[in-house]
Parts: sequence; C-alpha cells; structure tokens
Amino acid sequence: MSIEANEEFKPKIVAFCCNWCSYAGADLAGSSRLTYPADVKIIRVPCSCRVNPMFILRAFEKGADGVILCGCHPGDCHYTSGNYYARRRMTLLFSMLDFIGVEHGRTRVEWVSAAEGVKFSKTMNEFVEKIYSLGKNVRLEDLRCKS
Amino acid sequence: MTNSRRQAEKIREISGTNPLKCMKCGKCSAVCPAFDEMDIKPHQFVSYVQREEIEALAESKSLWKCLSCFACVERCPRDVKPGVIIDAARQLVIRQRGAAYLKADEVPELLDEETPQQLLVSAFRRYRR
Amino acid sequence: MQKIGVFVCHCGTNIAGTVDVKKVVEMAAKEPGVVHAEDYQYMCSEAGQSKIIAAIQEKGLTGVVVCSCSPRMHEATFRKAAEKAGLNPYMVEIANIREHCSWIHKDMQEATEKAVILARAAIAKVNLNAPLKAGESRVTKRALVIGGGIAGIQSALDIADAGYEVDIVEKTPSIGGRMSQLDKTFPTLDCSACILTPKMVEAAAHEKIHIYTFSEVEKVSGFVGDFTVDIRKKARSVDMDKCTGCGVCSEKCPSKKNPSEFNRGLGNRSAIYIPFAQAIPNVPVIDREQCIKFKTGKCGACSKVCQAGAIDYEQQDEIVTQKYGAIVVATGFDMIKLDKYDEYAYSQSKDVITSLELERLMNAAGPTGGHLERLSDGRAPKNIVFVQCVGSRCADERGKSYCSKICCMYTAKHAMLIRDKYPDTNVTVFYIDVRTPGKNFDEFYRRAVEDYGVNYVKGQVGKVLPQPDGSLLVQASDLLDNRQIKMEADLVVLAAAIEPNPDVRRIATMLTASIDTNNFLTEAHAKLRPVESPTAGIFLSGVCQGPKDIPETVAQAGAAAVKAIGLLAKDKLLTNPCTAQSDELLCNGCSQCANVCPYGAISYEEKLVNDHGIRETRRVAVVNNALCQGCGACTVTCPSGAMDLQGFSNRQIISEVDAICR
Repeated sequence: MSIEANEEFKPKIVAFCCNWCSYAGADLAGSSRLTYPADVKIIRVPCSCRVNPMFILRAFEKGADGVILCGCHPGDCHYTSGNYYARRRMTLLFSMLDFIGVEHGRTRVEWVSAAEGVKFSKTMNEFVEKIYSLGKNVRLEDLRCKS
Repeated sequence: MTNSRRQAEKIREISGTNPLKCMKCGKCSAVCPAFDEMDIKPHQFVSYVQREEIEALAESKSLWKCLSCFACVERCPRDVKPGVIIDAARQLVIRQRGAAYLKADEVPELLDEETPQQLLVSAFRRYRR
Repeated sequence: MQKIGVFVCHCGTNIAGTVDVKKVVEMAAKEPGVVHAEDYQYMCSEAGQSKIIAAIQEKGLTGVVVCSCSPRMHEATFRKAAEKAGLNPYMVEIANIREHCSWIHKDMQEATEKAVILARAAIAKVNLNAPLKAGESRVTKRALVIGGGIAGIQSALDIADAGYEVDIVEKTPSIGGRMSQLDKTFPTLDCSACILTPKMVEAAAHEKIHIYTFSEVEKVSGFVGDFTVDIRKKARSVDMDKCTGCGVCSEKCPSKKNPSEFNRGLGNRSAIYIPFAQAIPNVPVIDREQCIKFKTGKCGACSKVCQAGAIDYEQQDEIVTQKYGAIVVATGFDMIKLDKYDEYAYSQSKDVITSLELERLMNAAGPTGGHLERLSDGRAPKNIVFVQCVGSRCADERGKSYCSKICCMYTAKHAMLIRDKYPDTNVTVFYIDVRTPGKNFDEFYRRAVEDYGVNYVKGQVGKVLPQPDGSLLVQASDLLDNRQIKMEADLVVLAAAIEPNPDVRRIATMLTASIDTNNFLTEAHAKLRPVESPTAGIFLSGVCQGPKDIPETVAQAGAAAVKAIGLLAKDKLLTNPCTAQSDELLCNGCSQCANVCPYGAISYEEKLVNDHGIRETRRVAVVNNALCQGCGACTVTCPSGAMDLQGFSNRQIISEVDAICR
C-alpha cells in the first residue's frame, strides 16, 4: 500500500459563479451562515456565459476534482440570455468530458438566484458529496505540450 | 436520547413531515369530521409532537377516533399534514405492540370491536403501492 | 512585474474568529509579486483605508489585494481609496474571505487554508490586471414610469416637480389603479377617490407629465441614462383629441352586458365605455371583442350619436419610440385567483366574495350604489364572516408563502364600516394572527373590537358549504376555546392574497431587472437600497417590490422618484470599463460575436491592419464601449480568441483557476 493511498482525500473543486445571481447567492449563504465544505473555491465571473470551456479543461488539467458552474435562472440573466449560451456550451463540453473519462458527476451546471442562499449551500454540499463518492480525478493532459 | 424524544423522532420519520412548520391556524381542526369525539384535537396533536409528549398521544382517545379522511392534510396551508402525523403515531403504537406483521388468515381472529376499520383503511392507503 | 500589497481584514471577529489572519498574511507575502502584506482590525474603516493609501504611496504598489468581505460590499470603497493614493482603481481585487469562508466554515485550520488559497487566486489575478479607465455616457433627461396607480402617479409627480419630463405608461384605459377601486382607506377612513382624484388631476394637468393610457411597454433597449423604449398605444377606436367625454356613446351602445373590470365583474358596462366616473383621461375606449360593429360589421350606434365625430373604427395600434434616462416600475398587484381554494366555495356561491369585491359593493359608485346586499338574492346580509389569510402564508403550491400585509387592516376597516352602517349585522372575523404594525393601526383594530363589537375568533375557516336555502354554512375552529364552530352566514368575505401584476415578469425580462420566486422585483439591497433594482437605472415603486399599504407605497414612490432624480440630475455617467475588446490582428471577421451580443455592441469595420509587416485591409470586429455591458458571451464564442474581456480576461481567470488547483 502506497503512502499516497493513506492520505486523506481533499478534493479541489472550482465553482464559477456569475456576479449577479449566484455570487450573490453564495454571499447570502455566507451571511445566513449556511455551511458547505471548504473544498469549494469560488471564482467570480460577470456572467455564466463568460466561462470558456477552456477554463474548465484547464482546471481538470491542473488537478481539479470537480467543476461547477452557477448562473442566474433561465429567463433571469442580468444580460438577458447569457445563461442560455452557458447551458448549451456546457451540455456539449460535459458530454465530451464524460467521453474522455471525466465522469458526468464531476461537472455540473446549477441555477442559483441571489435569494437562494439555501439552494447554494445545498447544491455545494451535494456536489462535494458526489465528488467524494467519485474519488480522485484523473488529471487531463494537454498533449500539445508533450514532445 | 430520552424515550419520548426517540418516539417523537420516529413519528417525524414515519410521517415525513416537520411539525415545526405549523403556524397554529387551526384549519385542521376546522375541517375535522371527528372533532367532537377527540380529546386531543388535530391541531393539538401537532403541538404534542413538537413538545415530544408522545405518551399522552399514545394513550389518547383521538388516536383511534381519527378517520384518516385526510381532510386536514388536504387543507393544511403549511404542509404539516396533521392526519399523517396521527397516522404515524398510530403506527408507532401498533409497532410497539409487536403486531406489525400479520398473516392474512390471522386477521379475522384479530378483528374486534375496538379496532377501528379506519385503521385498516389507512394501513392499506399507506402500503397500497 | 507588479508590486502587490495584500491587506487582510479581521472584520472584528467575523473573519479573525475562524481564520488565522496572521497566517494568511504570512502565506500571502510569499506569493510572486507581493511586496507588502499586513492585517488590520477593520480594513474598511477610515484608518484601514489610510493604511492602504500609505502603503501604495510608500512602497509604490501597482496592485492591491484586500482579503475581506464580499466585493459586492466594499469593492467600491477600496477602489476609491486606491484612486485617492493615485493608483488605478481597477488594480484592486478582493478576496472574499468572509461570506465565502469565515462565515461558513467552523474549523480554523480548514478556513485558514481556504482563505490562503482565495488570497492566492486574487493575487494571481492582480498580477495580470491592467489599468482601466471608465468611459462616459450621457443621460437623457426624461423618466418613464410604468404603471399609473398611486405609486406611479406619485413617482411621476415628484420627478416632474423636480423639473424633468416624465411619461406614464398605463395598460388600462385610465390611470388610478387599485386605489381608485377602494371605498375608504385605513386608518383614517377618508374616501379613497376623494384623496386620489386630485392627484390624478394634478398628474394629468402637469406640464412635464405625459400620460399614455391603454398603452403598454413593448420593447426596451439601452442602459442606464440612455434607454430606448417602444410604447404600444393600443387602438382606442376613439380620437382622444376630438372626444369631449360627454358619455352619450356609452349610453346608446346596444352591447351593455359586459362584465366591468373596474367593478371586478360585479356590474356591467357597455362595449364603448369609460371605466369609472373620475377616469383620466375622460375618453371612452371600444372593447373590440364585445363591440357589435367589430363583431358583425353592423351597428355604428356610437359613431352616429357622437357629435364630435371622435369615433374611429379604423384606428390602429401605434408605436411610440422614446428615449429615457431612468425607468420607474410601478406595476402594482392583483388578487390571486381562488380556483384552487374550492373549500371556501368561491366559485359555487355568489355570496362568497373577495375583499376587493366587497370594496366595490360598499362603494357609493359601485354596482349596488353602496348598498351592501347579497349578490344572489339582493337581501341584506345579517351574518357576515371574514376569512383571513386565504392563500397567504402558505407552504404549499396553492398559495403564496408571504404575508400579504394589508388584509388585517382592511378587514378591520370593512368590519368597522359594516357595523357602523348596519348595526344589526353580526360580523365575525376568523384570524390566524392579527398583524397591525403601523402608526395608529393597532388602535384602529382595537376600535373595531371594542367600539364596534366585531367578533374576532382565533382560528381558520375549514370549509364553507352553500345550503339549499341560500345561506352558507361556515365550519371553523376556535383555537382559544378549543372548539369547532359551525355557523350560518349570509355573506363570506375572503381576504385573498395579493400577488404582483402578472405582466411584471414580461416587463422585468425586458428591463433585465431581477425578480424573486414570488414575482416581486428584487431590490439592489434588501435593507440599504430598497427602491433600486440591481439593474442600474431601474427603480421600484409600490407593491411590485413587495406587499405594502397606501402610505408605504406613497413613501416608496417618493423615494424611487428621488433616486431617479439623482440620476437625471447628472449630465454624464461613468460606464463600466470591464468591456470586451477585440484584437484586430487575431479577428477573422466571422461575425459570431455580433450574433451572440445581447446589446448589439459589436459592429464590423474594414480596417487597415499591420500584421507583422503585412499591411492589408481586413474586416474586423469593433466593440462599442458605451453599449457593451461586459457579459463576456462574445469572448467564448470567438473561434480565434481575438475577443477578450477587460477586467476578466482569459489569462486572469486561468491564473485564478491555476492558483486554486495548485
């Protein structure tokens, strides 16, 4: 048994949150003291449609175990339609990721409004639990960088 | 955990409802067709579970007077479902008596005047799927 | 290489209670680019800010990271401080270690580790920050008020009195809204029409106010200070300029049996009608669905009797396009539909009514001339039952989760007025709680009980059963006496929950204003910015933001007006500099970005570019910074990677990802 296997699994989870709804929802979860695991680290983006699939691939390349994208509810996007773009892009990306071996459970899109602190915390708890059940992720490698 | 706490916990588990959601509007007692027969009224039932006074519930007449018509469940604006709570309390009592499993041919023997038919109806309603 | 200063806030014990602040400082100091790191009790305080200013000036910092509360709270504060010290404000980034860390984690080690990572990500981002300069946009000195109820009227009057042009757009044929339907108002019992009509007249006569009735907002584009709005003026079929408001057309109209919207369907109106006597404008409108001329082509009675020749069957909808600097939403409310509450027999008996219908029944200008009578047989009711919280405070999907706020007071008013006018009537109110916070409100309710003998029973009505003899059997509980009540009533009045006007969802979508799960418009901050929408330039007035009574509505309408005036008073606005920018050397002119841009901010130009010595004319994307709102949709769509978002660039976000996954 290797030493590594004994080490406690601490997943790295990146959460992209849009500035207007989900980031505010995360703030509300905070001010309501609704806990979720510290493994989740939030990156603020202006809109869920700002999240380039490259960012998510990069995260998996750097050893992330899960990536979640949170945006405004359909119809409520601050920029009218950004979350629709995000939804389509992520549907494609996630099925591609699943195909190359990053299980569906490691990626997720969730709509969280600024008033849904409870939902934010619940979503994060569920997501982290899912990642724990899936265990450590296989690192993606950028073959272009390999000689 | 005290016994009454455990029992209250059990009732919450069986019924799947949260008695703390009750806002004491009394609509359950307003619609209850068996209201006059009950010593502990439907809205009080919820309070008893809140206060974890399960012993009193188990001994109450109401437990066997509830018709399980579920009018209160339909009308409850807070989704507390008093009828389901009563049903759960009844199950708790039945289980404690150790009569949870019955063979079909034993049923006629066990039928007595005391057992309300509604209990059977509600048991079937619960397990029909 | 940047010279970065890191400032870690204790926020009293809010952060320092769970995060080892010293450790964060120590770890941050090791990050690349960091030349200064310190902690302080309250970074947002005057003293905290001067620490930042001093460090910028003394150490020549080129970037600042503040580890503190949410950027939504104090980003602006720290950016201002940096600007004071001569640093570009967009060189400041916030690591949110309060809402996203100390407040949600209990374990000190865990929280500290996370805080360090969040700080690291912010530092990585600042390393790639570039100074940005906010642009300027002009402000159109004109406001739009959507909704012509008391909220809209008050907001419009206040804005107009400050000297700005205001347009009111009202969907129905007259301004006045819900308040015009009310009989008396609590807690002073003055007649609603008597206090509202002067305001309506004032608005109509005001030289700065233009009222579009029977009109709807069709399309909104632009942004704060410079909205462009299409208003659809629906065809009234009556020429507003020619009509004298004599009312002969309504009298002679043969199609008389149409339910009157103003009387909540309790009375009838003709197909050509003025909704109520004090309507503004006092010009009728033809209901084309009911008009015989429109249905069969044969009639034209109104046209024949109109001496002014104002009837115009050919009139078409008209679209007016107007520019505005600010928009006030005052779309108001309606009562919920009661079809899901069949236990109260609302659909089974004419004598079960809502309180707004009772309002019309008690109004001297109402369908019964103010005589309280049963709609089924015209008898005077002897026993009246009021049911509170019908559809309010519900946890299930039948009703609304919130308290409608106004029902306790208007029910006390109704009960009192009935007991006053018909002393031999028994009035019983079934309540769950009586909620009467407000100036002179509880005294008012106590008067109903003590001076007028209204019978208040703590308990809810379970069901109402119409009896063969026409009476109503009410079955309810009396929780204080622990009994079940079965009583006969002649009239049952339901205090139905109020809900935002159903149109508000459509309007909010056009305005990109956010809305909550109950369809109430969301405030920019629940406590500190209660009359502004998070979308800049949109202000909230009245019940569209949450349940409230008339005095509160008027107060909020004034507050919304002040915020709008504050905006209109400015000549120029600073725009968000975090806009998209296209690298013309990478752009291949494919037009994909323009297709996804929700603001039409991207256009194409034939431009002479110098690509590594090759000079040629290419078709490239150009972003209009005044229109771009910085969503970033184009940046992801761009296949060549030419489009990037300033302040949230690809490299910045990737560096954050790297810092987190390191």
